[in-house]
Amino acid sequence: MESSFAVENSDQLVEAVTWAAAEQQPLEVIGRGSKRALGRPVQAGHSLDLSRLTGITLYEPEELVLSARAGTSLAEIEAAVAEKNQMLAFEPVDLSPLLGGAAGGGSIGGVLACNLSGPRRIKAGAARDHFLGVESASGRGEIFKSGGRVVKNVTGYDLCKLLCGSYGTLAVMTDVTLKVLPRPQKTYTVLVLGLDDATAVKAMSRALGSPHEVSGAAHLPAGLAAGSAVSYVAEAGGAVTAIRLEGPGPSVEYRCAALRRELADLGDTEELHSRNSLALWQELRDVRPLWVQEDKGPERAVWRISVAPSEGPEVVAAIGQGEAFYDWGGGLVWLALSAEGDAGAGRIRDVLRPGGGHATLIRAPLEVRAAEPVFHPQDPAMAALSARVKDGFDPCRVLNPGRMYAGL
Amino acid sequence: MKMPDPDQTIIEAKSDIVAALRVIVPGEGVIVDEDELRVYESDGLTAYKQLPLIVVLPETTEQVSRILKCCQERGVKVVPRGAGTSLSGGALPLADGIILGLGKFNRVMDIDFDNRCAVVQPGVTNLGITKAVESEGFYYAPDPSSQIACTIGGNVAENSGGVHCLKYGLTTNNLLGLEMVLMDGTVLRIGGKHLDSEGYDLLGLMTGSEGLLGVVTEVTVRLLKKPETARALLLGFETAEQAGDTVAAIIAAGIIPGGMEMMDRPAIHAAEDFVHAGYPLNVDALLIVELDGPQAEVDYLIKEVSGIAEQHGAVTSRISENEEERLSFWAGRKAAFPAVGRISPDYYCMDGTIPRAQLPLVLRRMREMSEKYGLRVANVFHAGDGNLHPLILYDANKPGELEAAEDFGSDILKLCVEVGGVLTGEHGVGVEKRDLMGAMFSEIDLKQQQRVKCAFDPEALLNPGKVFPQLHRCAELGRMHISGGKMPFPDLPRF
Repeated sequence: MESSFAVENSDQLVEAVTWAAAEQQPLEVIGRGSKRALGRPVQAGHSLDLSRLTGITLYEPEELVLSARAGTSLAEIEAAVAEKNQMLAFEPVDLSPLLGGAAGGGSIGGVLACNLSGPRRIKAGAARDHFLGVESASGRGEIFKSGGRVVKNVTGYDLCKLLCGSYGTLAVMTDVTLKVLPRPQKTYTVLVLGLDDATAVKAMSRALGSPHEVSGAAHLPAGLAAGSAVSYVAEAGGAVTAIRLEGPGPSVEYRCAALRRELADLGDTEELHSRNSLALWQELRDVRPLWVQEDKGPERAVWRISVAPSEGPEVVAAIGQGEAFYDWGGGLVWLALSAEGDAGAGRIRDVLRPGGGHATLIRAPLEVRAAEPVFHPQDPAMAALSARVKDGFDPCRVLNPGRMYAGL
Repeated sequence: MKMPDPDQTIIEAKSDIVAALRVIVPGEGVIVDEDELRVYESDGLTAYKQLPLIVVLPETTEQVSRILKCCQERGVKVVPRGAGTSLSGGALPLADGIILGLGKFNRVMDIDFDNRCAVVQPGVTNLGITKAVESEGFYYAPDPSSQIACTIGGNVAENSGGVHCLKYGLTTNNLLGLEMVLMDGTVLRIGGKHLDSEGYDLLGLMTGSEGLLGVVTEVTVRLLKKPETARALLLGFETAEQAGDTVAAIIAAGIIPGGMEMMDRPAIHAAEDFVHAGYPLNVDALLIVELDGPQAEVDYLIKEVSGIAEQHGAVTSRISENEEERLSFWAGRKAAFPAVGRISPDYYCMDGTIPRAQLPLVLRRMREMSEKYGLRVANVFHAGDGNLHPLILYDANKPGELEAAEDFGSDILKLCVEVGGVLTGEHGVGVEKRDLMGAMFSEIDLKQQQRVKCAFDPEALLNPGKVFPQLHRCAELGRMHISGGKMPFPDLPRF
């Protein structure tokens, strides 16, 4: 029978992990539980609940730094920084609605454990790029720290990077320190209308290769654009390519006008201003185009595919099924297709040549996630190295075993 | 600084090792002549010198793989080296180890403007990347001051920064992929032209690992379009506190400048005497704030920053009106190290990072230390990100001064840690700060890092003697003492 250790402090955490290691009892590590359906199912008789490890422990806006206990809700942190006109610039994705929960359910530890970054990834970097310091418990039941509270730090290995995106398989984070950045004064979006996928990527490439400091570049094919809550997008009557510009008013106005001129030969252009603009990018961030029109019929599987931006449309065409939209200038493909059989896994993995990118099955029924690799399969040498890294942190393999790869 | 005891059996087997290496790298790629080895005896931390056993200069990844495998089989230590500009002794040779020089890996393999990236070999210089792509208006953002000489491979090893990293990030934020070779000869590819590698973030781990985990043989970097324009402000203040408050106020106003540099009085005077940049000499602190980006934005923000500086008591405030003037503002800062070199026979450059608000306290304590040790100190400071470069002035020919300078430096770094900062912001731990690691990390922290090392290099043959104050055997680190079997806190609620 499953039981849960709801730890309230680091001592209790150490006690729980030490026990698990001694008894060879695997633990499922849970922040606030919003992403439990992401990853391979963990075979564990016990869970480690970190939702009581909460609170912002340090926030110095002029120093651009914030520390919090790992179980603190992301919503609480975003509200605190918004009050000081700042933000988490990597734009953490809220996967809760996609995974069937209420919006705003995740913890900061969960965001970092999954390295979840939104549309601004292309300009501001990923979650891992904003992760300055960490304190965590290894699978050995030892509390260790890495990094610090300053941006420039090369003292020792950067274990923050290693823990970010490790899905709780290496260590249980208790305290994290992040870089925060000022919120832009204005957010405008240039829309280019009616482009096919390949031309859209060309348009985005032109924008990203300009000096206009583009902070988001996404493309919604006609069917998905129609579902937007932003009327300008929904009523465009075709595909919509969106390019985001952020900064002080005069700068954004100038760049918006310049970009519209530079893209005019590809299609008609429009512009969205602050409120509509913010709404559109939140939709894109949270993958809303793929779940909003999903009220009837069986739930589809959703894939997140990272490729070289110019290859996005070819990859989608080669997969040849489902419904897709593009972020990161074409480099991030969100794809929904039937969850029957292997949910398209075989086909998608075949299309991605070695070294050409990776695909993660973000949403699928439990049976599919148990049977198919959720994360992109690794070549044997990389898999062996990953296993040795895991052993260095969690030799008894009690932390989220199998969450990322079978046996890891 | 104590290095691991040389293994006499390896030194005695030198000719065998040379023969084995010559099978892999024919011709002049294996160096044994003492005069030629002399070139490699030191890196940018010139106080430390050691002749290597052998130097090997491979030209292909396959050769690197075979060299490492050969060395692993024979238990020979390997020190990787790019251009040898490390300021922390990261490429300091070992008497019983080979230097693996990557200088012949100097080609730009692929420039892909559509995907805004370039694939280069590790021996390409930092500036060489920008030179290769600037015809199309692109550049590679991290710009360490040694960029004309330092290589991208070395930048990966040290996670190098530069004056623009507050806005554009360090090396780690600007990489997409790597090809690397493990000590056992395994060739691995991480990432590519896409963002965020699959599985564990080994790209992030490798960056800043100081050549202890693997040898990088190819790097894929992100390229950025050059900003439309850049303008700078030169601001003088009567106190460092005012300058510090100005920096905090600029950031609080939501402005992230491309560069924000501070100099203290001794650094201002040394620089002005040297390059006559027109710096004010009656101030205690000088700030250079550079804004870059679209013309409209820069023109707007420069007025904002100027206003903030005025509110915080700037006694000098000049705005560059053209490129020539902007470069003249930078001339003194860029020449600060050689300028200090003119007023002292030797200087020792430190590299701690502190939370910015601690700057006045740290400067005050540094002045006290300066009196205690009887050595002058000049400060240049990446004010935006809190990275300090105190330059300790000494004369190596005066008995005891080098040791005093090193002790002074250690005290400064310990102070950085004490106020919430770190030992090194961008120069790396190397041998220089190795024995100070305990000031920042517990034994448990350090052992956890060394377990990561064990996953890559279980025999500890790659760059040993750097970063970690104490070497532990991997078998010892892997051992786990399990006690208990007691159910944890049985009185807590379970769900």
